[in-house]
Amino acid sequence: MSGTFLGMPAFPRNAAAAVQDSQLRFNLRKATRTIRGKRAAVVGELPDWAALREAGKQIKDHTLRNLDRYLLQLEEAVTRAGGHVHWAADAAEANRIVAGLVEATGETSVVKVKSMATQEIGLNEALAERGITAYETDLAELIVQLGDDWPSHILVPAIHRNRSEIREIFRERMGEWGRPAPEDLSDDPRALAEAARLHLRERFLASEVAISGANFMIAETGTLVVLESEGNGRMCLTLPRTLISVVGIEKLLPAWRDLEVFLQLLPRSSTGERMNPYTSTWTGAVEGQEFHLVLLDNGRTAVLADEVGRQALRCIRCSACLNVCPVYERAGGHAYGSVYPGPIGAILTPQLRASGTVASRDRLPPSATGDLDASLPYASSLCGACFEVCPVAIDIPEVLVHLRARTPHPRAERLGMRAAGWVFDRPVRLARAQRLGGRLRRFLPRRLPGPLSAWTDTRDIPDVPAESFRDWWDRTEGGTR
Amino acid sequence: MSSREPADEAPTGSAPGGTGSAPGGIGSAPEGPTTSSRDRVLARIRAAVAGAPEARITRSYRIASPASAPSSAPSSAPSSAPSSAPSSAPSSASASAGKVIELFAERVADYRAVVHVVDAARAGEVIAGALARRGARRVAVPGGLPQEWARAVRAHPGGEAVPDDPPLSAAELDGLDGVVTGCAAGIAETGTIVLDAGPDQGRRALTLVPDYHLCLVWAGQIVTGVPEAVAALDPARPLTWISGPSATSDIELDRVEGVHGPRTLEVVVLR
Repeated sequence: MSGTFLGMPAFPRNAAAAVQDSQLRFNLRKATRTIRGKRAAVVGELPDWAALREAGKQIKDHTLRNLDRYLLQLEEAVTRAGGHVHWAADAAEANRIVAGLVEATGETSVVKVKSMATQEIGLNEALAERGITAYETDLAELIVQLGDDWPSHILVPAIHRNRSEIREIFRERMGEWGRPAPEDLSDDPRALAEAARLHLRERFLASEVAISGANFMIAETGTLVVLESEGNGRMCLTLPRTLISVVGIEKLLPAWRDLEVFLQLLPRSSTGERMNPYTSTWTGAVEGQEFHLVLLDNGRTAVLADEVGRQALRCIRCSACLNVCPVYERAGGHAYGSVYPGPIGAILTPQLRASGTVASRDRLPPSATGDLDASLPYASSLCGACFEVCPVAIDIPEVLVHLRARTPHPRAERLGMRAAGWVFDRPVRLARAQRLGGRLRRFLPRRLPGPLSAWTDTRDIPDVPAESFRDWWDRTEGGTR
Repeated sequence: MSSREPADEAPTGSAPGGTGSAPGGIGSAPEGPTTSSRDRVLARIRAAVAGAPEARITRSYRIASPASAPSSAPSSAPSSAPSSAPSSAPSSASASAGKVIELFAERVADYRAVVHVVDAARAGEVIAGALARRGARRVAVPGGLPQEWARAVRAHPGGEAVPDDPPLSAAELDGLDGVVTGCAAGIAETGTIVLDAGPDQGRRALTLVPDYHLCLVWAGQIVTGVPEAVAALDPARPLTWISGPSATSDIELDRVEGVHGPRTLEVVVLR
């Protein structure tokens, strides 16, 4: 992924362009609809879903409240089990640490397990600058990498691509990265998956260094947990001699036992399966491997300091909120201008980036994302479907409203609000304004001029009644005359 | 708060005192950018949560009684009464073991894995038959695989049991036709088998690289739900939870079985 999200226009412009793309809308509609149905079926199967969700929320809140203590416990447990723990305050430091570790092995390429954290810090680009090639091995990430594209979904980064687009990408680009796709490649998903298997097979068997993220880290035991489907994760976690895991500090769980909650919540919310095909857990250095854990802050502690916004750190990256969001389904993931799209991205991205620490996308000043980030809290109709499906009960609408209050408002809006405040302040002023409005109502345009047009671009001006309710009440004595 | 966290009376101590992290304190770790980042991150956390309320954890979801042996599955009864699923927790203790096995087999088959439920005495016969059907000749066998199972691998025409001793290279594993193992646990509700790299399973690569995995599960290893499995497993061992063959839904969310892991999973439950 050589593209960068920086310098992207604000959400409304991105979304306006995206909704014109009928192919994109078709792909998204089909995919989100499928997964919504699957999720609902497997969640409905569990009689204690509400209790699991509540426990998941509480465990995460408890962890965040005591994060310092549990991180130290984790560090000790991982170290005791033969692993090495590194702390990275921001993206640049994390990238530096990982590149240094790879260089120390003498290798110039690594295989990667799909990881949101490493996308967030722009690790692949940072490694490339030091002459290290990072090969993505998740099928969707491979599609994104080969297509020089951006991920558009947390779970299925290539959800915006349909099968024939994927076939074209494989046919044109696979050869540049390794084993080419077969000449007669069809667009049958089976054939495409088989092409990916063959393309990556030798690389898996020969790679000496792997980089992963983790879904969970257990403070009590020092165990890391990765959930996946394809087996590329197992390949990367098992075969290479050196394993480097980059994990956000909020991915922590206090005790081994807590997995009993999250291994039920995550697969059912995420892929809509009772269980994902493969889950790997490992504690420290196992089976002769060398293991490094890089703990990543990169703005998380700033989010933690916000009493309302901190609940976003409970997120386990299941992507259920994307799949139910009417805005995401129509605008797609790219419009959000971040590796975290959808409702969770709309609250996570502005908070993480506000701290000024996000990314290798940090080569431009934070102001470059300012407009986009200020617009993200508005990328929602506040319908609340995201909150409903969230397995850790993040009240996304609450955080959206909170962030809206924090973002700077345009001058016209501020003036308008001040004027409205003045009118509403005294009943007399309101009554006069209403009478004036009633008299002038025929002259009201369908669309407002100047900066106010932003409001009427997507709405009709409501009809102004000839008489206000209060005038009617006075005239008819409450309707009795 | 659940009782498992005795240290809770000192929630966010200002110093990394009570958690045994002494060596990481100031001075002993090598001075460098990572050391100071560690201190910085910890300081930011402490400042961020200072004054935040403590969060309690209540576990009102279904949990098996801790004492329940893997084979005595019905313990999750109380809160699980009416469920839309045909399956949930079995209620009658006597029939429950059979129901758990039945549920396990049904759920594993849902992932399009091949499932057999047979009497333990027929294990060898079933292994030989499965390998013959598959046409798997050179098959990896972990060092601690029961003798009878390993003999069955050799029993079908051309069958060869390939030991992982000395350890096979990744390329050698890639050249094999399959692998036969036991497992550490089975989970009925999710149709999951769990490997813990025990003697009858071998190291992780053994069950990953060959394209065909035949896994034998003792009926007594099958638990009802995830909580019982988590309680029974040892986190110090590398675990692999397997629910069906490798799969992807990355193309139009259309599920395709078989990507990088074994494309065919066959499970034999031994009663």
